[in-house]
Amino acid sequence: MENPIISIRNLNLYFEKQHVLKNINIEIPHNKVTVILGPSGCGKTTLLKTLNRLVDLHDHVKISGKIMLDDKDILVPNIDVTGIRKKMGLLSQKPSPLPMTIFNNVAYGLRINGLRGKRKLMPLVEKHLREANLWDEVKDRLRDPASRLSIGQQQRLCLARGLAVNPEIILADEPTSALDPISSTVIEQQFAELKKHYTIVMVTHVLRQARRIADHIVFMYLGEVIEQGPAREFFNNPKEQKTRDYLKGAFN
Amino acid sequence: MYNFVRKTKDTISEAWVKFVLMLIFLLPLVILASLLNKSWMVIQTSGIGDLLFSSVWRPMAGQFGFKPFIISSVYVTVLGLIITAPVCLLSAIYLTYYGSKRMTAFMQPIIDILAGIPSVIYGVWGVLIIVPFTGRFLAPLFGYESTGFSILSGGLVLAVMLIPFILNILIEIFRTVPHEQMEASLSLGASKWESIKHVAVRRSLPGIVSAFALGLSRAFGETIAVLMVVGNVVGIPRSPFDTGYPLPALIANNYGEMLSIPMFDSALMFAALVLLMVVVCFNLMSRYVIIFMEKRQ
Repeated sequence: MENPIISIRNLNLYFEKQHVLKNINIEIPHNKVTVILGPSGCGKTTLLKTLNRLVDLHDHVKISGKIMLDDKDILVPNIDVTGIRKKMGLLSQKPSPLPMTIFNNVAYGLRINGLRGKRKLMPLVEKHLREANLWDEVKDRLRDPASRLSIGQQQRLCLARGLAVNPEIILADEPTSALDPISSTVIEQQFAELKKHYTIVMVTHVLRQARRIADHIVFMYLGEVIEQGPAREFFNNPKEQKTRDYLKGAFN
Repeated sequence: MYNFVRKTKDTISEAWVKFVLMLIFLLPLVILASLLNKSWMVIQTSGIGDLLFSSVWRPMAGQFGFKPFIISSVYVTVLGLIITAPVCLLSAIYLTYYGSKRMTAFMQPIIDILAGIPSVIYGVWGVLIIVPFTGRFLAPLFGYESTGFSILSGGLVLAVMLIPFILNILIEIFRTVPHEQMEASLSLGASKWESIKHVAVRRSLPGIVSAFALGLSRAFGETIAVLMVVGNVVGIPRSPFDTGYPLPALIANNYGEMLSIPMFDSALMFAALVLLMVVVCFNLMSRYVIIFMEKRQ
């Protein structure tokens, strides 16, 4: 692959004695939607959280291998973890707006980066809310607590919040699984739009969704990568028997 | 027949449950009524204004001004809370977000033991350690002269007694902050401390306020430990190194003794009434603050 934005080499991860990720080698292309596909419990979410080092929060995690981001290994102990996290916006399964107003949710990341003053913040907040296709719905209620939005709106708010720190990559962990079909469609459309400027890595176990939006697929099963490649090839011409079984719906 | 027995049992047990619940509901009302009833005499003779705001305390002459006692109580309580608040907040944050699981498991029984120590032991410890410490070290340090039996000693003893009580509530509260919100903040590039400050503390603010309000109510009513270290001299304290005489100490020291003095009994009941009202007000106010803050989140 021509200069992938992330390449993972020989990644192994243990929770206590449990071998969760087994010898993972993945390359993630620049400005494309990469979907990590696989049945529940195969380590997809763990892989995603390893990318922005959120696995650090758990006790008793052991990691070996390399994750190269812009030619730097982000798993080395003395790296600036907050710097890595800023490069990757995270969209989690259940939207988790911060306990503050809609405006402050988006402004949070900006303030952390040292931006102050409403006059400077306002245009940026608007820009990112527009990027997440939420501006028209919330422009009159920016002072409301974020928790009053619908779940679908909350997820788009989380997207806007993530975009506000100018990430290069958007990590999305089944971002539509808690949403109604219409909100899901909005998020998917937004991803198609956003991939012009961002690399998107999305975890899902919904095959149809993967078919709709993936450019590149990584198929995982029980902690191993079974197959990876461009989406069309993966769906039309799978190489591994496991992939064929999965596509046929033999297991979920 | 069998069904009739079952039904009757059901009715009886339901009535019993309701009755017990009623008792709990009536208890504060009964206490309030009896205190009001007993203190009515002194209220009628002296008037509420005089009782609360006069500082003349001459029971023999029938003059009961509770101002020195009320001020002592407020002084000791507020001082105790001010000393203990940052300690509790920071330890709770440390135990929830920084300490390892082993550390927390090690500290939990220690906190519980502290919570279970009888207050008279805190009082003895206060007399042995805190009082000399205040008298010989702290007072000269700030240019005061003091025996050590003082408002400050009371505040310090209270602060220590409040730690396990408030700390346990705070830890519970911080544990209810969703993991995902902390992760969301961290994944935006916020540092750990920023995430704690802006997400965990902000989200827990209503709970933190109520924890402190509960602590305040408890501190206000704490009797024996405070009584042992504040000196119990009637007078309005001018500095933390002065002696004080809080309301609960007044009641505990005098009730059952100088009751031959006319109206003394009634005056002490009035003190108890004030105590009760203050604690109830704390509770209502903190409840209001919590509701207000939860609405804004």
